[in-house]
Amino acid sequence: MYTKDGEQYYVVDAHIALWDARPDNQRNIHGKQFIDCFYDYHRNLSPESEVWPYEEYLYQGGERLMRDVFADGIVDHAVFQPARLAEFYHRGFGQTEEAFALAQAHPDELTYNHYWDPRDGENGLEKLRADAERMHLKGVKLYTADWHGESRGWKLSDPMAYRYLEACRELGIRNIHVHKGPTIRPLDRDAFDVADVDHAATDFPDLTFVVEHCGLPRLEDFCWIATQEPNVVAGLAVAIPFIHTRPRYFAQIMGELVYWLGEDRILFSSDYALWTPKWLVERFVDFQIPEDMTEYAPLSTEVKKKVLGLNAARLYDLEVPAHLRLPEADETQTGPREPAAADLASV
Amino acid sequence: MTAVLPDLRSEVRAALGTVVDPELDEPITDLGFVRSVAVDGDAVEVHLRLPTSFCAPNFAWLMVSDASDAVTAVPGVGRVVVELDDHSDSDLINAGLAAGAGYRGTFGSEAEESLDALRATFLRKGHTAAMERAVSALLRSAPDTDVAALTLGDLPPGEHTTDALLRRRAALGLPVDAAAPVLVLDDGTRPDPAQAPMVLRRARSVRISVDGNAHFCRGLLTTRYPGSEADQAPRPEDRPLLPLTVSKGTRP
Repeated sequence: MYTKDGEQYYVVDAHIALWDARPDNQRNIHGKQFIDCFYDYHRNLSPESEVWPYEEYLYQGGERLMRDVFADGIVDHAVFQPARLAEFYHRGFGQTEEAFALAQAHPDELTYNHYWDPRDGENGLEKLRADAERMHLKGVKLYTADWHGESRGWKLSDPMAYRYLEACRELGIRNIHVHKGPTIRPLDRDAFDVADVDHAATDFPDLTFVVEHCGLPRLEDFCWIATQEPNVVAGLAVAIPFIHTRPRYFAQIMGELVYWLGEDRILFSSDYALWTPKWLVERFVDFQIPEDMTEYAPLSTEVKKKVLGLNAARLYDLEVPAHLRLPEADETQTGPREPAAADLASV
Repeated sequence: MTAVLPDLRSEVRAALGTVVDPELDEPITDLGFVRSVAVDGDAVEVHLRLPTSFCAPNFAWLMVSDASDAVTAVPGVGRVVVELDDHSDSDLINAGLAAGAGYRGTFGSEAEESLDALRATFLRKGHTAAMERAVSALLRSAPDTDVAALTLGDLPPGEHTTDALLRRRAALGLPVDAAAPVLVLDDGTRPDPAQAPMVLRRARSVRISVDGNAHFCRGLLTTRYPGSEADQAPRPEDRPLLPLTVSKGTRP
């Protein structure tokens, strides 16, 4: 729980990781390049007081994670979103068993989401069924840019991916988090391209597709798809730290998301350990759209409460204290949310 | 003889200035992506660098191969070596370029399509962003402007936003005469007046994407290569786009 100026915020960090990028786990140069890239994100977008030494960045472990994420009671609940990256790391990047054990030890604070990869074929489908039962999965994190043998990526619209999505539907895994964001690699199997989310969201209306990093660097493609598909949600991982280095740019991102998706479909995510959530939550609560950006409505306290936790709590059936709940906004399922309020051309 | 060398070097740099990062819509020289230019006689060696090891390799290939073509076309240049440093595909890209293997020859089955479509997509996005900047700049000084009816002749001549739009229109083959409509759809046609606000809204999200990518990539480059900020030219778009004081009456 975070309290500021008499307002209480129930906070859900919808995207955290327990990773191991230490040299003994790096399979090849790409393992080092990958964590170095993360560390550059961390150094580039963090306030100076929040920058970690490189050595600490390679691995945190459960105890430190609990301290960093839940310290001072800022985050009420967090969801693991692991990436496998088996071609880069001997034991994978996201630490499945360690994170799962931590979630079991702290069920009120942590939810463990797992991953799957359609290129694992029929064996992977069987494994998904076993994982879902053992881990009580409510969600998965999909990393379409992951390397796998000769392949450097896949699409949600691939036929085998549909088999896995059908299995998710059957197993009650409703929240499909898809990494669509900066870095990375595939060629024509373009990891930035969000078009495959459009296909899957249309064909699986009963699943929720959380697009991590809200489609950056192709925000406009994401917004356009999300505007047409009511089951597409924006995750703010990697977008929210701009609140410090580029607040006016962050204001524009928030303005666009509220305009196109509405206040009920945006999720706060620190992407721990890329960044620790505490300073992001504090800054977000204090944040406002600059007054001179008249093309966007100001962010109300209600919008901030929804983004910081209530929206994710709804997706994960988390028990929010009654006095902190808010009704859903009366917004259209599709189409822009504030066609009149947010248009320069109509000023 | 010695007096010739600095000239060739500056011509090579000028040629590199015509190479654009498709996604950021800025020259690689302004972005600080040119790490070094070495001229020895008529032989030229250029090294490029990018903000992360994992920058999309199709974009990396576009920039490296465009750089090689641009330098090769400079009169008086003989042997040309262009290399990309510190990228997850440096070895592949550098070898493919040196062998003249082309994009598909370099990346094999991963490169299912040619890069023409990708290039065209980002030329179009660059134009859309420039269109939004020009229209929004005008709207801020003259909020009553009828956006749907706006023609190129209505834009202030000599302004950065106007010039940038005209350059991008020319690159796409769109008309640049004073009577041509400013607000156009991707196919170059004028939208229905009722559609105009939405066309501008969509253009705005494109512009924010392009700006955001530029912020991110420029910042990451300076984090990755300390001192590289000295090689980056300021973005004209980073000038404050909005007046500092606005009547509160316009806010809900």
